[in-house]
Amino acid sequence: MQVTSRKFKESAHEAMADEDLRAAMNRIRTAFTTARADAAAELPEFESLRDQAAEIKDHVLDNLDYYLEYFEQKVVAEGGHVHWCSTAEEARQAVLKICRDANARTVTKGKSMITEEIALNKFLASEGIEPIETDLGEYIIQLADEPPSHIIGPAVHKTREQVTDLFHEHHQQYGYQDREEDPEKLVGEARTVLRHKYVTADVGITGANFLIAETGSTVIVTNEGNGDLTQSLPKTHIVVASLEKIVPTLEDASTLMRVLARSATGQEMSVYTTFSTGPKRKDDIDGPENFHVVLLDGGRTEMLGTELQELLRCIRCGACMNHCPVYHAVGGHSYGWVYPGPIGAALNPQMVGIEEARHLPNASSFCGRCEEVCPVRIPLPKILRYWREKTFEQQIGPQPDRWAIEWWGFFAKRPWLYRQTTRLAARVLSMIAGDKGRIRSLPFAKGWTSVRDLPAPEGKTFMEQWKKHNREGR
Amino acid sequence: MTAREKILGRIRAQKKRGPLAGADADLLKQRIADHARNIVPERSRLPKAGQVDLFQTKMEGLGATTERVASAADIPARIRDYLSQKNLPTRIKVSPSEILTGLGWDTVPMIEVVVGAGTEEDMVGLSPAFAGIAETGTLMMLSGPETPSTVNFLPENHIAVLKVSDMVGAFEEAWDALRAAHGEALPRTVNLISGPSRTADIEQTLIMGAHGPKTLHVILVEDGT
Repeated sequence: MQVTSRKFKESAHEAMADEDLRAAMNRIRTAFTTARADAAAELPEFESLRDQAAEIKDHVLDNLDYYLEYFEQKVVAEGGHVHWCSTAEEARQAVLKICRDANARTVTKGKSMITEEIALNKFLASEGIEPIETDLGEYIIQLADEPPSHIIGPAVHKTREQVTDLFHEHHQQYGYQDREEDPEKLVGEARTVLRHKYVTADVGITGANFLIAETGSTVIVTNEGNGDLTQSLPKTHIVVASLEKIVPTLEDASTLMRVLARSATGQEMSVYTTFSTGPKRKDDIDGPENFHVVLLDGGRTEMLGTELQELLRCIRCGACMNHCPVYHAVGGHSYGWVYPGPIGAALNPQMVGIEEARHLPNASSFCGRCEEVCPVRIPLPKILRYWREKTFEQQIGPQPDRWAIEWWGFFAKRPWLYRQTTRLAARVLSMIAGDKGRIRSLPFAKGWTSVRDLPAPEGKTFMEQWKKHNREGR
Repeated sequence: MTAREKILGRIRAQKKRGPLAGADADLLKQRIADHARNIVPERSRLPKAGQVDLFQTKMEGLGATTERVASAADIPARIRDYLSQKNLPTRIKVSPSEILTGLGWDTVPMIEVVVGAGTEEDMVGLSPAFAGIAETGTLMMLSGPETPSTVNFLPENHIAVLKVSDMVGAFEEAWDALRAAHGEALPRTVNLISGPSRTADIEQTLIMGAHGPKTLHVILVEDGT
């Protein structure tokens, strides 16, 4: 997809003026967060499971080469194929080759962030192969020609009216002439339209939540059942997955399953968790004849052994964005690439370059809620700080920010001067504010004062008050 | 150099080591072979009767319906009653499994039993579960010549039959049961199903029956346990 992270500030401003988006973000803030808290409270072992989930991922990342080779050997033993791809382009070409071999004209797709990452739909369409998204949210944004705005709810930013308009425009060709507004009827329309596509598609493409070394299985979780129809009806099933998705055993997968849905939607389990191992067996009467795993690196191995390795623990539940005040304010599209929210702010600089994504590490209030709710305990604020340091070192932050930091640094290194200056500033601000104690407008602080008043200091600095406090022996 | 070699090479370079071999590799091989369990939630540790109760409570909480029958022979009559209560068509797609096809369907002549894989026009599907997992109210279904997975997904209404003797507490017990029955290699698909299909992709309004079945009914057979 087109990277627009560079325009984060402009996009965020536009997003904040969008009333529909405000309403959608309010729904996330209340529904997802409450559901997660309830699910966590229901399971006494939840916190210990999070510790173990993180340990399992760390263990895998330390031994990734071993588990990948083990996984490959098992997939092959069950009659499947593994395609190793260093880059997005290699992954696109691998998928295309399999589609060509299957003489594919249409491809149904389950939800997959990796296929977003490699911009597969656009590529397949340019090669004359029609990709059809089947997850309802993905289907909606495919009709709208937009990228997803949330990892697990790609169309959370869309209102019912917008879905009504999209379906009315695109479903007339299937005989739906009425403008339908009832969500149940809208879902029914999509169900009927897509049902026929599943049956006639030549290839089904899904992602993977986990890859299991022990058995050579790929695992997807869905609530709709679209992934199952996508992979069991066409003759060829392609799994597109990134290589850090691997776990050693079914037992390890079970531990991760226990934290995944609870963190994502607050469900104990998603409705369908599907383990796929190889193509249909000799006597099976349904299932795909060909089973391929396209295994993407896409810059991930470069993160191993660095300050960024912990990002590879991510199981893509979306809890960090559900709990992020900045995401709530600006929505997913502002982040300008596939992954929004705190995980996107931490990951995208590595994936698209810090120069392009330089604003993203600042898209955080450092409140730390993302780390508090992350099922695999990724220290997201620490990684955002790492990127802030990088942008400063590499001199790619905005010049006024750099001046401000250098100016502050000058005073901070000279405590006496610092105290005198802050004393003076506190008194001046207090004078400007007058009796009201609030400042309506201030040079160099328009970003703050254009939308709200600045509460003024009351006259003395913290250090002054602290000294006084100690002198008086209280 | 192939992409495979490049990727493995990068992993080893970043980790500042060569390929894992000898004792290191043996340790990892053993870790896989051990199938060691991590933390298993306490709630799964129940006697069989408690597991069945928990399973039913969880399943019904997920929007499915459940019922218990004393013996498999009761299934055809119960299905006839269920279809009539729900006002569903009497043609049902049944997995070609002896457990189901061998039942006395001739006692319910109004029901048309069609044996095979699921198809687009099926309204009701009937299939056997391999296991029930009480912890979360989850069915474990295996694909195979007698149990095509499409019966679980294509029909608008799904009825699953689960023997109470196949109920377990936690996922880990189900994996062990699967290994015991099937060896180390898994069938083409293992489907864990927790309730009927749903979506909340339009303004987070919960709608049942997105792509999979709109209803799920589980018949628990008390087979002498």
